[in-house]
Amino acid sequence: MATELVEPSRRDFLFIATGAVAAVGAASAVWPFVSQMNPDAATIAAGAPVELDLGAIAAGQSVKVKWRGKIIFVNHRTPKEIEEARAVPLNQLPDPATDESRAKKPEWLVVIGVCTHLGCIPLDHQGDYGGWFCPCHGSHYDTAGRIRKGPAPRNLDLPPYSFVSDTRLLIG
Amino acid sequence: MSGHSTYVPKSALARWFESRLPLVGFMYDSFVAYPTPRNLNYWWTFGAILSLMLVVQLITGIVLAMHYTPHVDLAFNSVEHIMRDVNWGWLLRYMHANGASMFFVAVYIHMLRGLYYGSYKAPREILWILGVVIFLLMMATAFMGYVLPWGQMSFWGATVITNLFSAIPYVGDAITTWLWGGYSVDNPTLNRFFSLHYLLPFMIAAVVVLHVWALHVVGQNNPAGVEVKNLARDTVAFTPYATMKDAFAMSAFLLFFCWFIFYVPNYLGHADNYILANPSTTPAHIVPEWYFLPFYAILRAIPSKLGGVIAMFGSIAVLAFLPWLDTSRVRSATYRPVFKVFFWAFTLCCVGLGYLGAMPAEGGYITAAQILTAFYFVFFLVILPLLGLFETPRPLPASIADDVLAKHGAH
Amino acid sequence: MNSIRQGLNHMFGRTAKSVGFAALLAAGLLAAPMASTADAADAHAMPQPPRQSWSFGGPFGTYDRAQLQRGFKVYRNVCAACHSMKLVAFRNLSDPGGPEFSEAQVKALAAEYQIKDGPNDAGDMFERPGRPADRFPAPFANDNEARSANNGALPPDFSVLAKARTYSRGFPWFLIDAAIQYQEHGVDYIVALLNGYKDEAPHGVTVLPGQYYNEYMPGHIISMAPPLSADVVEYEDGAPQTVEQYSKDVAAFMMWAAEPKLEDRKRTGAKVMLFLLVLTFLLYLTKRHLWDRVYREV
Repeated sequence: MATELVEPSRRDFLFIATGAVAAVGAASAVWPFVSQMNPDAATIAAGAPVELDLGAIAAGQSVKVKWRGKIIFVNHRTPKEIEEARAVPLNQLPDPATDESRAKKPEWLVVIGVCTHLGCIPLDHQGDYGGWFCPCHGSHYDTAGRIRKGPAPRNLDLPPYSFVSDTRLLIG
Repeated sequence: MSGHSTYVPKSALARWFESRLPLVGFMYDSFVAYPTPRNLNYWWTFGAILSLMLVVQLITGIVLAMHYTPHVDLAFNSVEHIMRDVNWGWLLRYMHANGASMFFVAVYIHMLRGLYYGSYKAPREILWILGVVIFLLMMATAFMGYVLPWGQMSFWGATVITNLFSAIPYVGDAITTWLWGGYSVDNPTLNRFFSLHYLLPFMIAAVVVLHVWALHVVGQNNPAGVEVKNLARDTVAFTPYATMKDAFAMSAFLLFFCWFIFYVPNYLGHADNYILANPSTTPAHIVPEWYFLPFYAILRAIPSKLGGVIAMFGSIAVLAFLPWLDTSRVRSATYRPVFKVFFWAFTLCCVGLGYLGAMPAEGGYITAAQILTAFYFVFFLVILPLLGLFETPRPLPASIADDVLAKHGAH
Repeated sequence: MNSIRQGLNHMFGRTAKSVGFAALLAAGLLAAPMASTADAADAHAMPQPPRQSWSFGGPFGTYDRAQLQRGFKVYRNVCAACHSMKLVAFRNLSDPGGPEFSEAQVKALAAEYQIKDGPNDAGDMFERPGRPADRFPAPFANDNEARSANNGALPPDFSVLAKARTYSRGFPWFLIDAAIQYQEHGVDYIVALLNGYKDEAPHGVTVLPGQYYNEYMPGHIISMAPPLSADVVEYEDGAPQTVEQYSKDVAAFMMWAAEPKLEDRKRTGAKVMLFLLVLTFLLYLTKRHLWDRVYREV
């Protein structure tokens, strides 16, 4: 084989420049193929905030709303539930948080209904603490959506929300 | 080539691995040390360009399938969803749609190069026939891919092409119904075409592996058409010589490809395919994609249904017999003055058939298509067998090295 | 045998001559039958739509925002009564590279439309004000209703119509168009069509009631009444309120609806082409550098 040919110098500037330019091109070409897996424009637009009329929800009742493909629980808490949530000393909580930090208005608790363990949807008004119980792996949440028992590492997450008026809630 | 590997593992780990699976050595022998004739011209870079296009089509296709929905009610809109909403979706789809055309541009040049330089002659018959198989698979893949956007051309193209099978005596109608999964082209057809469109490219890739294997057993042909006699004088190592030349050619080809993607992305498509498929209205003028036009012209040139279908498939099948139809012992057209003329006439004949395939099937266009169809077959079945007997070739260079010297002697 | 050989070789002696001969042979084969086809083609000849000048043509083209906004107004006030635009969402009107209305404008605009949604808890479908994420509602519930309301003719959807219409430029223009990047066949045709109505059909052409004669419509008979007339839409930016201007504006808007990523595409294209030119040049130098040695040391 053509072994008598002189091997081109590795340090040859031309070779390095060509290789570098080609590498930059290859790296940039990869981006569209990665980016296409991200949420598309329609999905993002469909994730716009949703409004909910609170007037029809009686105390003690819980309503499920879908926002960005997730279930949002809107709980109209009874005074008893609020009191229970506020009575717990913080040092007994695996993920300490005051009830005041969990609900902008005490009677309305708005949480993302996705168990922080592995993403199942917990059942409301169930479990040892009267909040939520996740049937998948047995996590118990209290009436402020805080984890009390079981494998879940965190309290139920809170979605961004605001009260447009006394009876209208905007989630997202 | 065959025989012991020249690869020497440098580290202990590499030695350990190599003694268990000689993969690196195999790659080294195939794509680094592999000797390539040193007189190859740029027409020989289209093999590498085709590999690149296959990879481009596979990757963009897999990605597009993540967003596409193969259902008659959703397919058209899901393609538009890709164009409008998916991040970079317009780029991916235009790459894939134009990539098919570029694939055929490259494969036609590759095939004509093989024809011009007699690359199908002994000992490369199997190599050539594998190429014909790849071409057939490509045609099937491209056809089914064009059906997926479910526009008017998709639908009517699928209807016309699947109806070709109804020309088969006795069982034709049963076969067509079986292909459709119904009594016309409909949702089951779209679904199975999507499945097959996803499958066939992997079959192409598998046959490409055989094609490259066969190539590396017999070695590349070259513009002089004489075999390698002295490895040191006649060849250079694949890497870096052929690799860099191929890289340059691929980059130049990408420039051509990108012109279509970014500036004239719909030039090679049909406006009618932006109209949702409508089983009750056939467009006034239906034509296949440009790369099928010569075969479509042959189909329409024959005034009988079965005859047209036989002629069309025959025009592809005849390629497989080329190694035995061409009786000349000289490979390269460079040294075959008469063959060279017929080669160009044949090339023009194919272009002419392509033009006629796009014209309405009426009057003089049909007559012209009939004349060119006749020439197409005469070229393979009469001219090539006889030419080998009557033609006096020009003297061949003694070796590849001599050929190079003759061209670059000034150095 | 020998004389045949000599004859053949003499005839096909030199490459230049032989290629010329092949070309002649092919041309001859084609020319005769084509000549007779020319007349046949003339019979259904259509006038070529005049080429308009578009801001979005060429390698660096961009949409004219004001024109798209005017075109949208024409679409909304005139065309939308019959023509749907199902694939375009309100939100697209504020996307970069489009008419670029403000998000507040789009929100207000969307709210003016009633969108069918549901079913609600009682199982009923209901109507609610539109949101930016909604797509333009169609004027008719389905194609059959559209047909029956329009004298049997289906008004085509506008979403990709500008790409679904074209006209034949013939040889050799269809080849040249790829090189000069002429891609505006659809919009040129639409402008021509909107200006192509003739009050009087040529002698011998029957136009049924509910049909109109149009120079540019394939077959010349169109079921759409002339949709535009002067001053039918009020422009706030002082652009002339003529049929010609309306048609250009609405055609440009339709082009955007059909190809909303056009600006993105051309901008990306310029970068990619520039990059590839540099890379190709470098690869060429590298290749030459390597191969010079090969040729020198044969």
